[in-house]
Amino acid sequence: MTSFRTLLYKELLRFWKVGFQTVAAPIMTALLYLLIFSHALGDHVQVYEGVPYEAFLVPGLVMMSVLQNAFANSSSSLIQSKVTGNIIFVLLPPISYIEFFVAYVLASVCRGLIVGCGVLAVTWWFVDLPIRYPLWVLAFAVMGAAILGALGVVAGIWADKFDQLAAFQNFVILPLTFLSGVFYSIHTLPQFWQALSRLNPFFYMIDGFRYGYFGASDVAPAASLAVVAGTLISLSAFTLWLLKAGYKLRH
Amino acid sequence: MSNAICIREVRKRYATLQALDGVSLDIEAGEIFGLLGPNGAGKTTLISIIAGLARADSGSVQVMGADVVSDYRNARRMLGVVPQELVFDPFFTVREALEIQSGYFGMRDNRAWIEEILHHLDLSAKADVNMRALSGGMKRRVLVAQALVHKPPVIVLDEPTAGVDVELRQGLWAFVQRLNRDGHTIVLTTHYLEEAEMLCNRIGMLKAGRIVALDSTRNLLENFSGLTLRLRLDRDATGPAAGFPKAEVDGERMVLNLSGFAEIESVLTRLRETGAVIREFDLQPPDLEDVFVRVMAGH
Ligand SMILES: Nc1ncnc2c1ncn2[C@@H]1O[C@H](COP(=O)(O)OP(=O)(O)O)[C@@H](O)[C@H]1O
Ligand SMILES: [Mg+2]
Repeated sequence: MTSFRTLLYKELLRFWKVGFQTVAAPIMTALLYLLIFSHALGDHVQVYEGVPYEAFLVPGLVMMSVLQNAFANSSSSLIQSKVTGNIIFVLLPPISYIEFFVAYVLASVCRGLIVGCGVLAVTWWFVDLPIRYPLWVLAFAVMGAAILGALGVVAGIWADKFDQLAAFQNFVILPLTFLSGVFYSIHTLPQFWQALSRLNPFFYMIDGFRYGYFGASDVAPAASLAVVAGTLISLSAFTLWLLKAGYKLRH
Repeated sequence: MSNAICIREVRKRYATLQALDGVSLDIEAGEIFGLLGPNGAGKTTLISIIAGLARADSGSVQVMGADVVSDYRNARRMLGVVPQELVFDPFFTVREALEIQSGYFGMRDNRAWIEEILHHLDLSAKADVNMRALSGGMKRRVLVAQALVHKPPVIVLDEPTAGVDVELRQGLWAFVQRLNRDGHTIVLTTHYLEEAEMLCNRIGMLKAGRIVALDSTRNLLENFSGLTLRLRLDRDATGPAAGFPKAEVDGERMVLNLSGFAEIESVLTRLRETGAVIREFDLQPPDLEDVFVRVMAGH
């Protein structure tokens, strides 16, 4: 238990020590998105009855920040440790693969939630936003962050170099988040793209998360929750299997 | 005596390269064991398998009776490893790094022991300095400290003195000897053969993934190595050296390779019979480097 707690503490301390880059910077980015998109689209788009576009946009941006930062945390920590070689400090001690997994994912969830809260707090100044069902909000935020944290573990273990990780981020994570309905409702899309969006697990995370604010969504929130929970469970099982086998960590 | 590490028929292949080719080795509790071999012989690979950083294709390794795969928790608790590469975590200070490492090994309040290690390794003044700001030698000492936080009975040092200045090298070896006196089993690899000769009770030599020599340091020196006798005579050595077919002659100087001390007597007698008088006499004792060169050439 002490090993696990120490690993979690170390992972938290790692991003907290460079908080300007890991927390403040992503909040700033989300704020820029809000200003630009609400300015460009605010007058033309209304997704839900009585909900202005800015209000619609904020939960999407919050969730996008949660997801991207959760991914960034575990993946960058692992790739840095691998490239510099200090990964051996966590491979030499008697830490089980389960403790390893939970510590990295939990630290990712923490960073995701901290950044998410930051974005919410800052945008609160500009946008009038209801939070109808806070528990739905929390459930989707935590599970979404955990999924991306686990995905970050997989990517961090798989990548041998920083540019491979960047490729994973740019060609997998970024398209999946951008095409998940952060900036729009998928009902506004042509039939084909709508169908495609429904194959994207990120869509359910954002849609369910948004339901917690407005009580309205593209898909029933329970269905979204089931998809998100299923994704989390299968991805965790896969990641644990990789860790147990020592894939790319123990040659 | 019981074994600190048991290595049985360990094989490891990297693509087309057989890095370890059936290594069996017992390291006794309480000894200082030297693992020697040229670059690429497989020393680091063997250490990685002992430490659980790599997995053997076949064979088994136990540390203090605990299998490094099936009982890895106990095996790793028993083992402290100083890696060959100079690695560090740039996010932390020396003390933070040591506290975190203690926590990984399940130790809650390890402050007293950490202070003691810092003191013995001359790191106390640097305790609150960020790892990035340390010199290479200092980083090496922190690696040693990190390997010791959990007081492991078995300590493995992989070329701890590579690229380290003389002063630190001597300090480090004095510390290693001290740890050994306190009951720790030590396994080390080094390129400095005179250091291995001075420190190690036993030596194993590895070449291309196989153990090619394994014995006490004393036996290795006695069995493998001859003596080198250098003489300067009062005259040209060509004549007197005629009776010694393998002598190398250079003016008044001659060099002879003897098989052992027993041969000296007869060499001196035969020289006296030629009428030559010895002006300078230098007998070079057996040296691990000679043994090393011969063993490596023989396999
Ligand atoms: N991860 C690896 N992948 C491929 N080859 C490796 C790997 N690690 C070591 N080797 C190779 O295995 C051989 C033994 O290496 P090593 O154990 O580091 O030797 P030593 O420590 O004795 O210098 C070398 O030829 C090395 O190139
Ligand atoms: Mg090596």
